[in-house]
Amino acid sequence: METTHYASIKNQETISLSKIPVLTYNKFFTEVTSLMKQSEIHCVNYYCFAKADELKFICCLADDFAKDIKIFSHEVIKKDVIKLSSLTHEVYAFHIFEREIAENFGVEFIDNPWHKPLRYAFNRADQSKIINTYPFYKIESDELHEVGVGPIHAGVIEPGHFRFLCNGETVLHLEIQLGWQHRGIEDLFLRKTSLLQRTILCESIAGDTAVGHSAAFVGLMESMGNLRNNPRLEIERTIALELERIAMHIGDLGNMNVGLAYQLAASVFGTLRTPVINFTQTWCGNRFGKGINRVGGTHYPLTKELIEKLVALLDKFEKSFKPMSKRLFSLSTALMRIENIGKVTTTQMNLIGAVGMAARMAGIARDIRLSHPTSAYKNQEIESDTLESGDVWARAYLRKLEIENSIEYIRVLIAELKTTTEQSPKPILAGNTLAPDSLCVSLIEGWRGEICHCSITNLQGEVIHYKIKDPSIHNWMALALSLRDLEISDFPINNKSYSLSYCGHDL
Amino acid sequence: MIFDEIQILKRLGRQFIPDVTKPQVPGPFKGRPEISSLKVDEQALASICPTGAIGTAPVSIDMGKCVMCGECSFAYPDKIHFTTDYKIATNIRDRLIVKEGDTNSIDLDDSKIRKEIRSLFGRSLKLRQISAAGSNADEAELNASGNPNFDMGRFGIEFLSSPRHCDGIVITGPISKNMAEAVQVCYDAVPDPKILILVGTDAISGGIFSGSPALDRSFLDKYSIDLYVPGNPPHPLTFVNGVLGLIRTKRK
Repeated sequence: METTHYASIKNQETISLSKIPVLTYNKFFTEVTSLMKQSEIHCVNYYCFAKADELKFICCLADDFAKDIKIFSHEVIKKDVIKLSSLTHEVYAFHIFEREIAENFGVEFIDNPWHKPLRYAFNRADQSKIINTYPFYKIESDELHEVGVGPIHAGVIEPGHFRFLCNGETVLHLEIQLGWQHRGIEDLFLRKTSLLQRTILCESIAGDTAVGHSAAFVGLMESMGNLRNNPRLEIERTIALELERIAMHIGDLGNMNVGLAYQLAASVFGTLRTPVINFTQTWCGNRFGKGINRVGGTHYPLTKELIEKLVALLDKFEKSFKPMSKRLFSLSTALMRIENIGKVTTTQMNLIGAVGMAARMAGIARDIRLSHPTSAYKNQEIESDTLESGDVWARAYLRKLEIENSIEYIRVLIAELKTTTEQSPKPILAGNTLAPDSLCVSLIEGWRGEICHCSITNLQGEVIHYKIKDPSIHNWMALALSLRDLEISDFPINNKSYSLSYCGHDL
Repeated sequence: MIFDEIQILKRLGRQFIPDVTKPQVPGPFKGRPEISSLKVDEQALASICPTGAIGTAPVSIDMGKCVMCGECSFAYPDKIHFTTDYKIATNIRDRLIVKEGDTNSIDLDDSKIRKEIRSLFGRSLKLRQISAAGSNADEAELNASGNPNFDMGRFGIEFLSSPRHCDGIVITGPISKNMAEAVQVCYDAVPDPKILILVGTDAISGGIFSGSPALDRSFLDKYSIDLYVPGNPPHPLTFVNGVLGLIRTKRK
């Protein structure tokens, strides 16, 4: 048997750090780049953390075919100048990870074509770089002009800066500069050490994905703490995830209709979100699902009365949703604003390592719920659709399909719930002893796409490093690509069609 | 066909809440807490709180720090009880601190409201929102405040794009270092007289992000705050009722 260069784990499996082979950088480079040529493999995380004398790099490749996560590692001795040849040069999807590592640790990646700051983290290596001096791409020409928007935008939304290079009305290039939302969450994770504090932090990574990020966190903590999983709890958590998907997708469909000035659909979809999040509030007291996911259990079991309300809600929801979506997707004046607008190709999305909806609307069947299932997805497969066209229409229509799939799936889970007799346990607040000197990777398909949390413990079982990845970090580049050769006035509808997270990116 | 749309409209019906001061929100919603006089281990109780919102001797909860996780009420159900009272916005920071035995609702101190606020903004208040590292939950609820259900537009309250056209600033989020300058520039661009509103626990105290070296909250030291709207995120009804309390004289 040939020597393996990586450790293979399942999603939410804990592995001892000593079982992860440490490769030389050259070996690491050739192994990772060769595996990444396979279409069923993509990188879910590549990051580094400082040990006493060296930087330890961890690279997690998800294999959708073998259904495992391959963990690679290499180490570099700390010194003033660290230079490594750039993976991005070979596999473009690494650009975002290398930018983050370069910014935080001052590592220079030779031949990286886009060596730019990522989010101006407070603990960045080079404090002389400040957010107002970001080096935008420029083209010198008397015929071109630049349009700068942000960080504060016209609406009630998060801050970010968009710089358009335009030839008349046509956008040649859009560069998206983020970092304004940086709150230092990964660092706070090590300062605020109670389970509850960390759970609350995870619910605040992106407030619109409170369920998704907290699900990734509790799954990880339960794996490292070797806690038994209760089947009823797993079903309830999965219902919460799918409800979050429905609520955010319907809200985004409403927003997109604001963008294309179809008032009726904007109102209908906008108001359809309300009963969904109000149900979540009836369930846990919070319209965004904060409070449902806690390590070891929940304070809010899904009671018989709640289930009855949920069943009635889904039926009522469908009765309004179906005629409106049918009308929208057959209305020529609406379709002309979304068909063939903001198109990206399958090749482009593969190159940038797009995940979640941004992958599935452009012909890439990438869905953690199917490829690396956790909780209830393991026993009950969910329907996941893939569209090919990569335009605004595809991003809208995929939301419609995913809403319908989620409704059907929740119905299946409700039937499943009736067969379980065991009640969901209460959460634990302290005393969750984590496996020492270990690593765990937790992947959850949030409504935007793949959320990845990685945790590393020391010999005492304390978390010494916590890495958070929101799907948006990959997908912002998709928005930039969508804008190429498009009229600048099509930006709002494109931006709404991706509905990416600023704070998830900035952490 | 137009008839399809008429059918859809008919089903949509009337969505607005006729009186935004009246609706009840469902059971587990956490609004104003009530703390009984029961004797408990106060240190143990305070240590549960993830944001240090619980004070001792007497036991109190600072709603400006509380993230509404409710963990204290699960551990000490006979000591702490969260009511569904969502009218918890006020102009006085100290009024957000609910003490043992307090059962009064939280409201504004009319005598501390600047004269010009009610005369100038009582029937029309245009606001510029700044998300300064807000998590998008607070922002979503502010957007919801103007949706067909809560419809604050009926009171003349509206979010606008240009600070030049606005009467005040609404800040969400704990204010990151990277946003500190933009917050100042935007505030300066609003013509006088102007009001300043903090929405959400993160904005009021930093919330769970309190103590992070990535924040710069010095802007808040420079100006007096006209309205605190606590919550994680605040319910749209908390925001709408809070702003109405600020700009309108209560009808007796």
